[in-house]
Amino acid sequence: MRKVQAVLAIMALAGAALAQQTITLVGAGATFPYPLMAKYGDEYTKLTGGKVRINYQSIGSGGGIRQFLEQTVHFGASDAPLDDARMKEVRDRFKTNALNIGYALGAVVPAYNLPGVKETLRFSGPVLADIYLGKIKTWNDPALQELNPDVKLPPLPITVVHRSDGSGTTYVWVDYLSKVSSEWAQKVGRGTSVQWPVGVGGKGNEGVAGVVKQTPGAIGYVELTYAKQNNLAYGAVKNKAGRFILADLATIKAAANVPLPGDMRVSITDTAAPDGYPIASFTYILLYENLSVNKAVKSEEEARALVEFVKWVLTDGQKFNEPLIYGALSPVAQQRALALLSKTTYEGKAIGKEIVGR
Amino acid sequence: MKRLYSHFGDRVFAAFLLLLGLGVVVLALLMAYELYRGGSLALNRFGLLGFALGREWDPVIQKTFGAWPYILGTVIVSLSSLFLSFFPALATAIFAAEYAPRWLAQGLNFLLDLMAAVPSVVYGLWGIFILAPWLRDHVQLPLYMWAAEHASWLVPFLGVPTGYGLMTAILILPSMIVPFTAALARDAIALVPREQREAAYALGATRWEVMRLAILPLARGGIVAGAFLALARAIGETMAVTMVIGNSHKLPYTLFGGAATMPSVIANEFTEAVEDLHLSALIAVGFLLFWVSMAVNFTAAWVLRRQERLVKGAV
Repeated sequence: MRKVQAVLAIMALAGAALAQQTITLVGAGATFPYPLMAKYGDEYTKLTGGKVRINYQSIGSGGGIRQFLEQTVHFGASDAPLDDARMKEVRDRFKTNALNIGYALGAVVPAYNLPGVKETLRFSGPVLADIYLGKIKTWNDPALQELNPDVKLPPLPITVVHRSDGSGTTYVWVDYLSKVSSEWAQKVGRGTSVQWPVGVGGKGNEGVAGVVKQTPGAIGYVELTYAKQNNLAYGAVKNKAGRFILADLATIKAAANVPLPGDMRVSITDTAAPDGYPIASFTYILLYENLSVNKAVKSEEEARALVEFVKWVLTDGQKFNEPLIYGALSPVAQQRALALLSKTTYEGKAIGKEIVGR
Repeated sequence: MKRLYSHFGDRVFAAFLLLLGLGVVVLALLMAYELYRGGSLALNRFGLLGFALGREWDPVIQKTFGAWPYILGTVIVSLSSLFLSFFPALATAIFAAEYAPRWLAQGLNFLLDLMAAVPSVVYGLWGIFILAPWLRDHVQLPLYMWAAEHASWLVPFLGVPTGYGLMTAILILPSMIVPFTAALARDAIALVPREQREAAYALGATRWEVMRLAILPLARGGIVAGAFLALARAIGETMAVTMVIGNSHKLPYTLFGGAATMPSVIANEFTEAVEDLHLSALIAVGFLLFWVSMAVNFTAAWVLRRQERLVKGAV
């Protein structure tokens, strides 16, 4: 941990020393949005004529939160918002609030390998939970057959595949299962790594996809981005409104078009939106409300550059989300995110309000 | 004057060597200390023994952490793969050093070095896409079917034949550690003095007897050291094992079922361990792994020293 901090600090220093004019904003966190962050960084540097550079280290959400609390980075990034304990820690230690600003959406899909089945399968939350609890053991189980009356399901045993590494993807998946199955919530719960009742663990999206591809009768969960890029077959999931929804850019955007709390710290799995895909979630940028408490922010100039960048991500930058298969913010979500950003201050100056209002 | 200068230079050189040598020791101790400090939250909560022997690893509901399934997984996987790799490696070494013509021996050595140089993620990918499905279709399923019909008592110990589990991990590791044992054994055999062989031949020993009575006893130190190096590698191997072992938090009591090793659980959960206790538990697993590897290395050193004394006594 020390080492990472030292390296980050040196890189920030070197960046500052090399060119007085250039501001390098250092961020660290989730691996899931890394391609998107890299794209934002490139485009934003181009836009500012090289004046602002973004250095994003994809060290994982856990690492991102720790770096954020250690104040070695301008912004943290996490697939899950800070929990109440962390929010309180920030308030107690730094006398300011942490802002969880959602800027993109991801979805997790149930991918499967069923030889001879060409139709897109339909799942429901309770059935997925029962499969992952080991209660539904074969594909021709009556519960599955009932959801797919027109499909001839083979009597294959189900091989359950899950992520072995801690990940935001797992969090979203088990968060959904916890909401739709009380048994899951009590026995397994939600977290980035959980104690799986059954199944084979594959490392990373590629590990899960590899096992699913090689095992007839397997089901695994992967990010939508990954499933699309690798042409995995994945099923539709029944949402709260009772519709079977296949994950795509429109349905994950719709999932976030629901009343959101002011601080955006909300799980949108099992969404109430009638067209929304039920296993979607925000991915977040973490900022301090009072930017002057963050030791990584050295000057007002840097603070302003940071707020400008996040504003750009939330507005013009959103057009880069969908080509990379990340959900763009819905109007409601965008409003909330900008409202949060406008709370930022630096040494008492309301720079957030000034920049966002411009 | 000149003599004094060289004397001074000697002392500087000696001090320099001492400094670098101590640096390595200090580094190891610091590492152990840092691992202990990082893991102290978990170690204090559960106690060193409670943590090492705890069977539950549940970061979410119970928030209890026990490393026993991983310690057991590490020991089972590394010892079995050492056992599986040792005799093929020894045979390769004997063949390369004594039997093969020069050109073939050179080719063999080259291939062995290549095997050691292949990154473990490549072995892992091969495991996911080729070895595991092949094992499932041609070994595990037939065995499972046979057991279900003829020996039903065996079934609970076999587990579900998915292809990803303990057995696959045990079978993928030997190919990665054979080069270590083979290379050291080969060098040790080649280093046995010619006089030893000639004396044995002079006494009318056959080729096999020369090998058994004159060469292998003298080369034993090198062979054992190679085996221990291979074991250390097997204990620490992370990527390939993680990719095929199935990563289950439960005690590994089935042959086909999932298991996990100490390095694999660290690699899996470290990046996204948000809670302090979870992170601390992972570092504590690293602390235990440090001692396990240390114990292996000390045993290897001890065996080597004993062998050297034996050899010196013999010559």
